[in-house]
This record gives sequence, C-alpha cells and structure tokens, in this order.
Amino acid sequence: MDTLVASYGRPMFEKEHVEEDQLELYQPGPSLSLKFAMPPVAQPSAWLRAATDDHANPNCPIKIAHGTTTLAFRFQGGIIVATDSRATAGNWIASQTVKKVIEINSCLLGTMAGGAADCQYWLAYLGMQCRLHELRHKRRISVAAASKILANLVYSYKGMGLSMGTMCAGVTPSEGPALYYIDSDGTRLAGNMFCVGSGQTFAYGVLDAEYKYDLSVDEALALGSRSILAATHRDAYSGGFINLYHVKEEGWVKHGFNDTNPIFWKTKLEKGEFSNVTSELV
Amino acid sequence: MTMFSQNPLMNGPNYSFSQTPTMASGANKEHSFYPYTDNGGSTLAISGNDFMIMAGDTRSTSGYNINTRYSPKVFKIGGTTSSQDDATLVLSVVGFAADGHALKEKLDAIVKMYRYQHGKPMSVKACAQRLSTILYGKRFFPYYVTAILGGLDEDGKGAVYSYDPVGSYEREQCRAAGAAASLIMPFLDNQVNFKNQYIPGSGEGHALVERAKDPLPLVVVEALVKDAFDSAVERHIEVGDGLSMMLITKNGIEEKFLPLKKD
Repeated sequence: MDTLVASYGRPMFEKEHVEEDQLELYQPGPSLSLKFAMPPVAQPSAWLRAATDDHANPNCPIKIAHGTTTLAFRFQGGIIVATDSRATAGNWIASQTVKKVIEINSCLLGTMAGGAADCQYWLAYLGMQCRLHELRHKRRISVAAASKILANLVYSYKGMGLSMGTMCAGVTPSEGPALYYIDSDGTRLAGNMFCVGSGQTFAYGVLDAEYKYDLSVDEALALGSRSILAATHRDAYSGGFINLYHVKEEGWVKHGFNDTNPIFWKTKLEKGEFSNVTSELV
Repeated sequence: MTMFSQNPLMNGPNYSFSQTPTMASGANKEHSFYPYTDNGGSTLAISGNDFMIMAGDTRSTSGYNINTRYSPKVFKIGGTTSSQDDATLVLSVVGFAADGHALKEKLDAIVKMYRYQHGKPMSVKACAQRLSTILYGKRFFPYYVTAILGGLDEDGKGAVYSYDPVGSYEREQCRAAGAAASLIMPFLDNQVNFKNQYIPGSGEGHALVERAKDPLPLVVVEALVKDAFDSAVERHIEVGDGLSMMLITKNGIEEKFLPLKKD
C-alpha cells in the first residue's frame, strides 16, 4: 500500500502550479487576501504554536508582540476609547509607541489586544469590507454588521492560532452609539463597557468605581485616561503612552497620545492619588 | 538502582557533555519539522529631517560558528535594473538569512512591477503597507525575520518602518533589530529620542524640564550608528566583522562599508 501511495502520490509541499505564486506580481488585485502559505506538516496549528507561542514554548524562535490594556465605554455623549501603547515579546519591551486604536474609517474605531499583526491585518480587512458595503448599499454599515463580519471571519480561523481581543466602537444613525467586543475564540458581545488585555482588571477597578452614564464629555475622557493610568501602574505589560479617542455622531475625535510618566506625577502631586508612592527611598 | 543510573554513557556527565547520548542507540528518534536557523547579526535604522540611515553588520553565524564575514543584510529595493542604482527604498532583514533573502527578492519584484505598471517609483508608505501584507501572507508559516524598511516620505522626511515577523508595523524615529537589539535600542532611546534627558537645574525632582527633541544632523547620526555597532560588537558574539551602511537623501542612496572587530 505504502509503495502504491509513494509512486502515485506527491509530497504535499510540492506546488502544482509554480506560476500561481508569481501571478500576484503581475495582477494588481487585492493584496488583503485570504490566501495564506501553510507549513508542509500534518498539523499546521500545532507546528505554529511550537514556533510562535511563548506561553506554550518560552524558547520559541519567533516572538510575536503581545500585552495590553484597552478600554471602551458608552456614555451620554458617545463612546470613549482609550489604550496604552506598550508591546512586549516575552520580557522585552518591543515598542512603547504602538497605536492600539485602529481607525477603520471616519466613524468606526477598533482596538488592538493580542497579536499586533492579527489586529492590524484583520481590522484593515474589515475597513475594506465596510467600504465595499457602503458602495454596494449606498449607506454606511452598522456597527453590529461590521463587528459580525470580523467575528465570523476569525471564527472561520478558529484553532489556527490567531490571537486578538478587539472592540469595535462607532455611532450610526440607526443604532446610536454602539460597542462590541470580539475575540479570536469567536466571541462577539454587545455592551456598555469593556476592558481588554493583561491590564483589564486594573482598568475595570477604576472604571467600575467612577462610571456613570451621565458623565460629561470632559469627565468621561478623564475617566478613560485615569483607568489606563491605573493599569499601566500595576500591570508590567502595559505602559508607554495613553491614546484617547471620543466617538461622536459626526465621527471620532482624537484626544492625544500622551506620555504616562508626567501624567502619573501630575495625578499624584495635584490630586493626592497614588499616595502609596513616595519619591524618597524609605 | 541508583548505582546503575550513574552510567555516564546513558545519562551522566561524560568527558564532553554534548557528546553524551541522551537515549539508547536504536531507539526511535522523533523527527520534527524545523525549517529555521538563526543567523544572528543586527540591524539599525535612524531617520532624520531630510535623510535616513539603514545599517547592518555583515557577520553570518549559525550557533557558535561564523559562516561568513561578509553577508550583507541591507538591500536596495525597487530600482529599474538589477544594479539598483536608481532605487529609493532600502530594506534590512535580520533573523534567518534564507527567509530574509526570499522576502527581499519578493518585495523587490513587487516594487519593480509597480514602477513598470504605474510609471513612477513606489512611495515608502505604500511599500510599507505592501510589505506588511506580504509578511502576513505567511501568518501560519512565518518568515523568521525582523524587517525594517527605510526611505524618504512624500514630504522628503526620513521614514523608518519596523516590522515583527508576521507583519505588524509602525513608523518610528529609529529602530534596532536582531541579536543585539536589546543592547542597541536603549542607547538609541537615550541618544535619538532623548529619553530620560532633562535640562540641569530647570526644576526640582519631577518638575525637571525634558530636553527638547531637536532633529539630529546626518554627521551626528552616522557617528551614533558607528558607536552603536562598535558597542554591540564588544558584548555580542553574533555581531561583528563589517558594517554595511546606506545613507538615503534626496540625491539617492550612498553605500558605505566600515570594518568592525573580527574576533
């Protein structure tokens, strides 16, 4: 039997048409495609985990950037989206200036937690699908529909090793302010408030204590910023800069990308918070 | 039983630890698919107001062996001919050299086709996005490389785009990658972005004023690159031999080669 298979079968990594590989060079087709190269092994996902997952294998050769605190909440004036900006690969801080809020279009925002490349690629892909929806239906896509495109997409790759925990925030005439949480397991939840990432618990702690639906815009922005600050203070995998956005009916507005260190000292010295931290070594 | 397990051939220390068979001969050995080798080395990119510098050492290693002392990691991308005389972009790849070479060839072919089809060179912004999708196209069988792309943007300012192996990317002032990234990057934070530099006597404690983030001139950046690599060579075994540098200005790309220590 084995000899029969050997004589008629061909190794799975042998490409039938090499030209196909070259085709993308000549055709200016969509570069955001769903065609991915696969390792020539029986269990690609197990192989990928061994090569890239630093939880399963701390000596893995390819370290993918991770670690985060992101939050978003609905309130009377729209939606606040806030994130930190640190990317870690094991104990190494790969970057302190990551843009974890991804601008899908002028009224839709996505946040980035988990694999940085997964979030960047699939939210760009989502942006493409949202634009196509606009062109086909002559109206903007709802946040519910947009989040479902992403949820269905990642669900189709379930078990393949994608890692993302993302929030979609937007305001549409049909829905008003809408907020969805989507992760790579395929979970999709609508809600008023989410914190995602390694520092999520610290952010929830501050947010739950101070949150009211009737917050003014300035109060809401301050609360978003303060919650991320708390997370950067207690979670070693979070830090860098605080990225703040406000989503309104007219679209989103950016409210700065500010260094945490001066904000921390300002909060401590002017408001008397973080009194547990002293500048003397006592 | 304890006595017998002292058998040096089976598991105990021998004259050479590495020669100790860890299992009895004739037993089944598990073969795994491991298509990568780490060829070591480091790369570095710094952007300025009207220039950018991409540099990489030229040593190629596998384990403790030095394969060659001249295997460049910095490439010109997208010129009209194979000589790349009129190229405007540079790519550096560090990690597994074969993957790096394949990636460079692929990106170069795509950027050349773009020039042919559109009648103009590709912008560094467009090329950066394209490189990201190329890397992500192998999300489930990654290129074992850390890539940095450099060029001048639409305003003539220096641009550095850094990548992870599966294509997440970000535009930055400067970036070090590869084996000695952890040695070089903190130096760059301090000397290029002036992190933790304050104006002396400008205030008490936390009220100290940060040093202004003035852009650096080309000569200063060139000296920084040389110093960064000299320091990395001093403390990292996989870095050394030679330094290949590309200086990109509006006049084109100038290539420089400087010797590094060869021990």
